[in-house]
Amino acid sequence: MVMNADLRRERAAATFQPELLTHVLDGGAERTRRRREIEALVINDPDFQHEDLNFLSRSQRYEQAIRKSALMVMKLREYGIADPDEIYMFKSFVHRGRPEPLDLHLGMFLPTLLTQATPEQQNRFFMPAWNLEIIGTYAQTEMGHGTHLRGLETTATYDPATQEFILNSPTVTSIKWWPGGLGKTSNHAVVLAQLYTQGQCKGLHAFIVPIRQLGTHEPLPGITVGDIGPKFGYDEMDNGYLKMDNFRIPRENMLMKYAQVEPDGTYVKPLSDKLTYGTMVFIRSIIVGDSARALSRACTIAIRYSAVRHQSELKTGEPEPQILDYQTQQYKLFPLLATAFAFHFVGTYIKDTYRRISADIIEGDLSELPELHALTAGLKAFSSWIANAGIEECRMACGGHGYSRCSGLPDIYVTFTPSCTYEGENTVMMLQTARFLMKSYMQVGSGQRVTGMVSYLNDLTRQHIQPQHVAAARAAWLVEAAAKNLQAELNHRKSKEDAWNVTSVDLVRASDAHCHYVVVKLFTAKLSEISNAAVRAVMTDLCLLYALYGISKNTGDFLQANILTSTQLNQVNQRVKELLAIIRPNAVALVDSFDFSDGYLGSVLGRYDGNIYETMFEWAKKSPLNKTEVHESFHKHLKPMQAKL
Amino acid sequence: MAPLGSRDALPGGMNPDLASERLAASFSVELLTASLDGGAERTRGRRAIVEAIESDPVFSQENQYFQSQNEKYEAAVRRAVYLQKKIRAMGWTQNGPEVQDICRCLSGDIALVLHRVFMRSISVLGSDKQIAKWIPLATDYQIIGSYAQTELGHGTYLQGLETTAVFDTATQEFILNTPKISAMKWWPGDMGRSATHTVVFAQLYVHGKCYGVHPFILQIRSLEDHSPRPGVTVGDIGPKMDFQHADNGFLLLQNVRVPRENMLSKFCEVQPDGTYVRWGSQKINYFTMTSVRISILSDEAIVPLMKACTIAIRYSAVRRQSKLKPGEQEAKILDYQTQQQKLLPQLATAYAFHFINTYLHELFNKGYQDIQAKNFDSLPELHAFSSGFKALITQHCTSGVEICLRACGGHGYSLLSGLPSLYTRIIASCIYEGENTVLLLQTARFLIKCFMAASAGQRVPPSVTYLSSVKSGKCPAKDKSDFLRPEIYLKAYEQMAVRSVTKLQHLIQSGVDKHDAWNQCTVQLEKAAKAHCHYITVKNFVEAVENLDNKAGIQKIMKHLCDLFALHGIFSNVGDFLYDGHLTAAHMDLVTASYLDLLAVIRKDAVPLVDAFDFTDKSLSSALGSYDGQVYQRLYEWAQKSPTNQQGNPAYDKYLKPLLQNTLSKL
Repeated sequence: MVMNADLRRERAAATFQPELLTHVLDGGAERTRRRREIEALVINDPDFQHEDLNFLSRSQRYEQAIRKSALMVMKLREYGIADPDEIYMFKSFVHRGRPEPLDLHLGMFLPTLLTQATPEQQNRFFMPAWNLEIIGTYAQTEMGHGTHLRGLETTATYDPATQEFILNSPTVTSIKWWPGGLGKTSNHAVVLAQLYTQGQCKGLHAFIVPIRQLGTHEPLPGITVGDIGPKFGYDEMDNGYLKMDNFRIPRENMLMKYAQVEPDGTYVKPLSDKLTYGTMVFIRSIIVGDSARALSRACTIAIRYSAVRHQSELKTGEPEPQILDYQTQQYKLFPLLATAFAFHFVGTYIKDTYRRISADIIEGDLSELPELHALTAGLKAFSSWIANAGIEECRMACGGHGYSRCSGLPDIYVTFTPSCTYEGENTVMMLQTARFLMKSYMQVGSGQRVTGMVSYLNDLTRQHIQPQHVAAARAAWLVEAAAKNLQAELNHRKSKEDAWNVTSVDLVRASDAHCHYVVVKLFTAKLSEISNAAVRAVMTDLCLLYALYGISKNTGDFLQANILTSTQLNQVNQRVKELLAIIRPNAVALVDSFDFSDGYLGSVLGRYDGNIYETMFEWAKKSPLNKTEVHESFHKHLKPMQAKL
Repeated sequence: MAPLGSRDALPGGMNPDLASERLAASFSVELLTASLDGGAERTRGRRAIVEAIESDPVFSQENQYFQSQNEKYEAAVRRAVYLQKKIRAMGWTQNGPEVQDICRCLSGDIALVLHRVFMRSISVLGSDKQIAKWIPLATDYQIIGSYAQTELGHGTYLQGLETTAVFDTATQEFILNTPKISAMKWWPGDMGRSATHTVVFAQLYVHGKCYGVHPFILQIRSLEDHSPRPGVTVGDIGPKMDFQHADNGFLLLQNVRVPRENMLSKFCEVQPDGTYVRWGSQKINYFTMTSVRISILSDEAIVPLMKACTIAIRYSAVRRQSKLKPGEQEAKILDYQTQQQKLLPQLATAYAFHFINTYLHELFNKGYQDIQAKNFDSLPELHAFSSGFKALITQHCTSGVEICLRACGGHGYSLLSGLPSLYTRIIASCIYEGENTVLLLQTARFLIKCFMAASAGQRVPPSVTYLSSVKSGKCPAKDKSDFLRPEIYLKAYEQMAVRSVTKLQHLIQSGVDKHDAWNQCTVQLEKAAKAHCHYITVKNFVEAVENLDNKAGIQKIMKHLCDLFALHGIFSNVGDFLYDGHLTAAHMDLVTASYLDLLAVIRKDAVPLVDAFDFTDKSLSSALGSYDGQVYQRLYEWAQKSPTNQQGNPAYDKYLKPLLQNTLSKL
């Protein structure tokens, strides 16, 4: 099909080359080349083709995902792809950014073995798991317990007579619930349970538990395992439940690289528990990147569609304009586009920082970890909340057609939205960041200087002209306000915990402002690294839009804190509107630079060539309800009704 | 108490965490329910209908979360057909209050909904002769109707529709065509698989001249075997985010001929020789469109928000997580301030919208009487009301439902919680019956017009007189308790709304090109429309509370909710309220303090307040939100029923087994 004339015009009018911006996003031309090479291996491979997922039942989607995962493992080895980033990329192309049943095996089970198993356990489990004779998952969350790990109820009681642990799920609330791949796929699980030995509880520990018979895949005696039923998305994932009744495993199945239980039941404590921090930082940095990617996809679809869709009149008698020419549409979409770029750079920054300091971590130097940990907790919540709302905004900006599954937007939303909850519930994450902010504020109060991202707290009275400084001033004001309110509550002779709870709304706001400032700062810092002038110019516009839009959305804070006057805020609003018009001609080229293939994007509305209506019709004709010309319901229900009434 | 049987009973009885919440209620739940229903008699009647429907296995929704698109569609058709029999058997009326109760009970999971729209459009747009011919056929379901307006390329802008109806004098027929792909009818409900007829909107051409969009009755399927008529291509538009039970359809027309008499001709007609005649006023039709927007608000937006609040608040009283104080039991998550700040404003919003909805219905009933008496004066105001409130209410309810979903942690994402389906349904309401942004701009146009008229000394409708009568001034509040006085916060809302509108009027008039100026101000215009509707909602809530019976603690708790609704609005839009200096930064600290205090007060009555909505367990269909609070037991039992657990695992034999046995190369 030829390219839609509107999109061709849009692309011709861009002031920069999208290809160069793609290089910036990938981290260099060579990386772009390699990414495309890997994608080509997947999209040109007939083995990875299948019917449109929108037309499949949940069981069929699970089956397709398993089929592709099995193939993927084989092909990764065939192609000799072993670099973790490249494996992640390949996997993402195979499953088009969707979850798959082996996610937990690859992402949690294998890494847990690597970091927490003894050499003997590595021999026994790692190679079989690497070769997929063992498929494992990670069973932590229980029906009644998620956020508060110490509250988990599953028990592992050591029996010195047989040198075994006896595992039990003593209540309904203690049933393991949600682990991916647990329902139907895995034959092993790393289970977190309260360890009891010599009559004492030693807290949570991890155990390798076989759950299904090798060969038949039937649950083992004492194990009840199954799928937790349909969810909001994640159709291809068999999130599962696991109930254990006096299930025995050998002593050697407790992961004992750190804590140990000796044959006679003596408990040996681990040296440090801070090491688990590292993994969490890493996973949360991935979620920031996921937020950027999900939002970029949604923006690509909504902006291309808005350039193709014509509706109503701007001026009487003129042809219907592209809906992208309406200010309200630009105001919905362009700040989100700017946000997508911003989150992309932030995700890269955290990942790089983590890599930089992970060498220190291995050496045992954990000094930089607390700040990075506090920062990623907040940024995980900040970015996933905004991306979540942004995807919905993009969908609604596509009107009725956005609601059709052919737009791809419903799917992007349901796949992404659980990230507000998993790997740390967002409100809880924001409060963790707040704890760090309060600590830093107290330090400043006691005369110490603080460094890094919170250094703006050192000087609470400076002048604010640049948007970045304005954002810092807002954060400083909200941190200070929360700290003062917290102190006031404490002065009312409330307990520390009560005071924290009745200040938590303020604390979340402070964290939110802090995260916003960090994003502005990192986006601004990125600009100077862009060598091409045309690309830098358009990124500078987007960065300014991101910063100013953040001000215009939170005018109350700026007025209340006396950081800006009403007049200045009017100027900010005016400038935001000007920027919308400045960005408008580059909008399509900007989303092109995300470089999503049509196959990966999975959207009729977001097709690169813009042939939307023809493709929608073709797509609809394949829908399950259209399998027969007259639906069986006619014969079963409608015809008898017409006869009888 | 609710009738027995309306709650599912599990062994274990009532969860003690919910029982203790109910014991602490400061008001009578039963009396509040009666007040919401409009009297104890209405409550009894509603419960009888709910009982009759829910006890009937045909209407069971037990498997709804496990069904495919085909199965859902079939079940919806079955229910629709059976409902007709049931209505006759029970002697319920088709147009009485029963219909409202039936709709609420079935929560829209039913086919042939558009059949009613089909009939209404014939009644409103058809001549007496057409009504006499078609309505009896439709009443007896000899034909099944749909309503085909939206096209693939056109929704919002009706004048842009591309379907054509060309009059052929020789045969006295209209020739209907969808000349290009974007002209294809797309989205109409019940059209994909069920309907035999539809009202199709097309550009009328006579002797080469276009007369604009007109409605035509068109048969699309054979009444014998249901196959498409010659020249008609019709089918389902494919899976959507929800509404899987509904067969939204597409329709392609190639030289399909309908007799001249099939153009609906209450207001205009093409005579045999091709003369186009127009008579009467179409304003009544305009009123119909407007009132539809109001009629959907309760079932499609407010009830879903009430259900979501019920589920999330009951679950938050049962779910315990983390500790507020070391050494204590894990706390109910409803005791966390952050959780209260998510849920309680949604609860207040649900009540606020309940009252504004009642008000709007009264307003429209009165408007209908005026119009019957040929008085069209109130039409512009009613139109502005319906546009603005449809947008405001659907938008707030949608975001409220999503907040409830996300406040339930991981379990909220399980379909068994009931929340994902509430969400995926309600979000469609932001688009259908008028896209919200477009609607708000219509209300804004009305506001600007009224403001200019008022400035010129002309009379304006009552709802907007405040625009010209308000004097600016400083807020007199000195203490946080002052912000619990309605006259204080109402004044702040009024000021804010006035300022939003007056500021814009200058901007729009300053532009060189009127159309450009308008487009350059639309972001702020949208805001102004919202501010106006928000103000009216607060004002109406205040008045409704004043009129409530001051017995059994109801007025008191409603006053708290009203205060919370008002202060939450200020707290969430601080910038807009600070702008013109009516409120100061110091005031905002007082607002925040009062607002946070209210959360703790309403927290105590949160569970009784959702109990008062009086949803049965069956209508909630939620493992998290059931009346007895046996959350975990129910979640576990329902999960066992999932097809993934009931059927074998074909993926194991086909893919997992070879994978596990390391025979990858054989795949």
